[in-house]
Amino acid sequence: MTHSIQVKDLTLSFGSVSVLKNMNIDVAEGEFIVLLGPSGCGKSTLLNCLAGLLDITDGEIWIKGKNVTWAEPSERGIGMVFQSYALYPQMTVRGNLSFGLKNARMPKEEIDKRIARAAEILQIGPLLDRKPAALSGGQRQRVAIGRALVRDVDVFLFDEPLSNLDAKLRSELRVEIKRLHSRLNNTMVYVTHDQIEALTLADRIAVMRGGIIQQLAAPQEIYNRPSNLFVAGFIGSPSMNFLHGATLDAGRAFQFGATRIDLAGYEGGAILERPKAILGLRPEHLVIQDHAEPGLTIPAVVEIDEPMGADSLVWLEAEGGLKMSVRVLVERRMAPGTPVHLKVDIAKASIFDTASEQRV
Amino acid sequence: MADVSMAGVQPHSVQPRGAKPRRRFSGSNIMLYGVLFVVSVYYLLPLWVMVMTSLKGMPEIRMGNIFAPPVEITFQPWVKAWSQACTGLNCDGLSRGFWNSVMITVPSVIISIIVASVNGYALVNWRFKGSEVFFTILIFGSFIPYQIMLYPIVILLREMHIYGTLYGLILVHTIFGMPILTLLFRNYFSSLPEELFKAARVDGAGFWRIYFQIMVPMSLPIFVVALILQITGIWNDFLFGVVFTKPEIYPMTVQLNNIVNSVQGVKEYNVNMAATLLTGLVPLVIYFVSGKLFVRGIAAGAVKG
Amino acid sequence: MAGKPRGLRLFRNLNAKVAAVPMVLTTLVVFVGGTLWTVLYSFTNSKLLPRWQFVGLDQYKRLWSNDLWNAAIWNLAFYGVMSLIFTITMGFVLAVLLDQKIRFEDTFRTIMLYPFALSFIVTGLVWQWILNPEMGIQEVVRRMGFEGFTFDPLHNPNTVLYGLLIAGLWQGTGFTMCLMLAGLRGIDEDIWKAARVDGIPKWKTYLFVVIPMMRPVFITTLVIVAAGIIKLYDLVVAQTSGGPGNASQVPAMYVYRYMFTAQNLGQGFAASTMMLLSVLIVLIPWAYLEFGGKKHG
Repeated sequence: MTHSIQVKDLTLSFGSVSVLKNMNIDVAEGEFIVLLGPSGCGKSTLLNCLAGLLDITDGEIWIKGKNVTWAEPSERGIGMVFQSYALYPQMTVRGNLSFGLKNARMPKEEIDKRIARAAEILQIGPLLDRKPAALSGGQRQRVAIGRALVRDVDVFLFDEPLSNLDAKLRSELRVEIKRLHSRLNNTMVYVTHDQIEALTLADRIAVMRGGIIQQLAAPQEIYNRPSNLFVAGFIGSPSMNFLHGATLDAGRAFQFGATRIDLAGYEGGAILERPKAILGLRPEHLVIQDHAEPGLTIPAVVEIDEPMGADSLVWLEAEGGLKMSVRVLVERRMAPGTPVHLKVDIAKASIFDTASEQRV
Repeated sequence: MADVSMAGVQPHSVQPRGAKPRRRFSGSNIMLYGVLFVVSVYYLLPLWVMVMTSLKGMPEIRMGNIFAPPVEITFQPWVKAWSQACTGLNCDGLSRGFWNSVMITVPSVIISIIVASVNGYALVNWRFKGSEVFFTILIFGSFIPYQIMLYPIVILLREMHIYGTLYGLILVHTIFGMPILTLLFRNYFSSLPEELFKAARVDGAGFWRIYFQIMVPMSLPIFVVALILQITGIWNDFLFGVVFTKPEIYPMTVQLNNIVNSVQGVKEYNVNMAATLLTGLVPLVIYFVSGKLFVRGIAAGAVKG
Repeated sequence: MAGKPRGLRLFRNLNAKVAAVPMVLTTLVVFVGGTLWTVLYSFTNSKLLPRWQFVGLDQYKRLWSNDLWNAAIWNLAFYGVMSLIFTITMGFVLAVLLDQKIRFEDTFRTIMLYPFALSFIVTGLVWQWILNPEMGIQEVVRRMGFEGFTFDPLHNPNTVLYGLLIAGLWQGTGFTMCLMLAGLRGIDEDIWKAARVDGIPKWKTYLFVVIPMMRPVFITTLVIVAAGIIKLYDLVVAQTSGGPGNASQVPAMYVYRYMFTAQNLGQGFAASTMMLLSVLIVLIPWAYLEFGGKKHG
């Protein structure tokens, strides 16, 4: 596999504040990478470094086998799409698309050819002679993508491109971006704080916090086997249920208050005996039932039931006042105050060491 | 105070129009408009007096009331002020000062706006080490009394052999216009989306191309504001005109002061007022034509600080 | 690491650095250099030409024992305090009046602001004419039958500063009114709705809610107006030429006289240094509040 983008020991600091810490990422050719994290985690900053819009403090950036650490943005072979679209307001759509090509002194026929192709792919042909102010949000974002497209580059950088759109348009354009990727098959680096976008689009997701990549893996891997407590809590909505307790019997069981859960079938490393550990259970990996099964269920009381259309969220209170959520089919309505038992699917659970916050 | 301030609430309230609220509404409104009317008289009075005085003959001025309109309108004072009024030995009127001011103002305005807009753009989009430090000094510089820098500038201009020339004064205006204008442009450019600048860089545009093709076309209103600010500011300058030029190239304000406040001969108040009006005419026209942009110009920088 | 060599980093964004040269030169040579030069030479006995002969604080001792300077400082202090009080209160009250959703707001604002477009020279000359005792307001009132009426501020040393104040306020209050109006308009409409729901009278809302919220506007206005007052020069030259006697002399006139006509540069430098000092007294607390405060919260 050839590398499209390589980030080697990248560090960025402003004065004494370090924003990105010792990053290493290899992106394969044609891969769709999503940088995901809460605001201020450094994901957009990293993207700006890749684009050459920020000078890095240390490390190297390679794109298509070339060291571009100090190259100008336009010399890196990238195209970029911005959250606010960043269309030049005084130019027509055609002017916006051709601005970069004219700067590169490309012959006019070639410019026209590329614009025609981009307009065909993105279906913006009828808009070419309009000004950005006369376009809708979705159309503007299409033009912004077109501006990256005409550059005919191998790497696309997206900086939260859908955040300014309403929910319906967002899902439409999400699909379109995915289609574009499968058609062009170029490398895409995509920044977002929306985990649905990340999970649906990415070949691999890099979850970031505090300028550090917490986990870089395929979406299913991140969802099912989050490498630490932060990733586990950040991905998934509602958040994973966390039970604070201890592991016993050389790691064969988890003790939570008076409840004891068998850990046989856990997918992960050696659990060992840990006086302080956390058991993480996703709301959809719990099943509500009437009867207790020793070692497999957690007793709880129904508090609130939130129907959400296709399914329904049930909020319960377990031992020690712990709030838990469980996803069930919407047909199953639960009356508040009903005592129930939650069955655990241990193969899909995660155990974290409380001190290190790492998954076991 | 309480009565007056009630007025604003009433027209927008959705109460039924009973008799009582209506009477209170009109009562306080009369007071509000009354106060504003009196205030307006204070502001308009000098303009009225200037115009009236400049249209009267001297005998009528001695006889009559400065507020009264002229019985017999004469434009002689205007003619005399423009082409015959004396300063010292020269008796060719204010026209000389007017043309001097034009020759000072036009290049000063153009150069200072170009320099300051490029500065503001560089400060927002191309920050380099120390650029903010220079900007801070620049802003503090605008508060420093000019008096402390006058003599060093005299030396500087003398060394450059432009002391007492138009070029010298143009340079001085460019320098002292820089703080407020740079602030104005910096604030405006920083209000433009930064992603636009980034997009242009990805598109391969450099410093000057981004400035001319992206920034300037998007910033025409602020250029107009700067234009207004600089024309009025430089036209109205007195101190720099006195210090850095010679009598032959004195700007209009300096010449006006010399005409009116010179002690020789009989005072011709009508000519004086015509001359004063003539000097005030350029900024007044700019003010009345530009309307809201003028307000924006003076409030720019000040409010955003 | 194989980063770009340091030398090349220096040439990055070269165009921006070249474009900033005028600003850098202005700040370093004129603002910093010029100021330091004048301060340094205020410790010399330069007369006709600057001479580097150190005499310590002699110029300052002479300055503060000079009646003209003392008069100028007191005049400026009095004018300054009065002018600050009146411009700010008048500016605020006028802004509140214009903020009552009145008709003809634009007309009223245009009328109040136009004097600000005029130079101090024009302002001074017009008011000199209006306040002229032989033909101005005094004479007009006397002819209306009030024979004993006296209103001649410009020729009485005790009142000449009020005469300047009338002209100065006429020129400048429109500007403060505009700043205040912008401040009032910047206040969230919901604050007014909340106050009405709570039944707070409008004047109380202004006094206890709006004014505290406009603190930054007041401070900025104060600093701008104060810095302008210290530079006061043109208005006095045009309206009174510093007279009668020395009753309306101001520091800027003192500086000009010693620097350019009396050919006693050292005195001029010392006086202008004192002017700088007075600006710093205004500026430093403000800068501390404005910029020091922002960093911490």
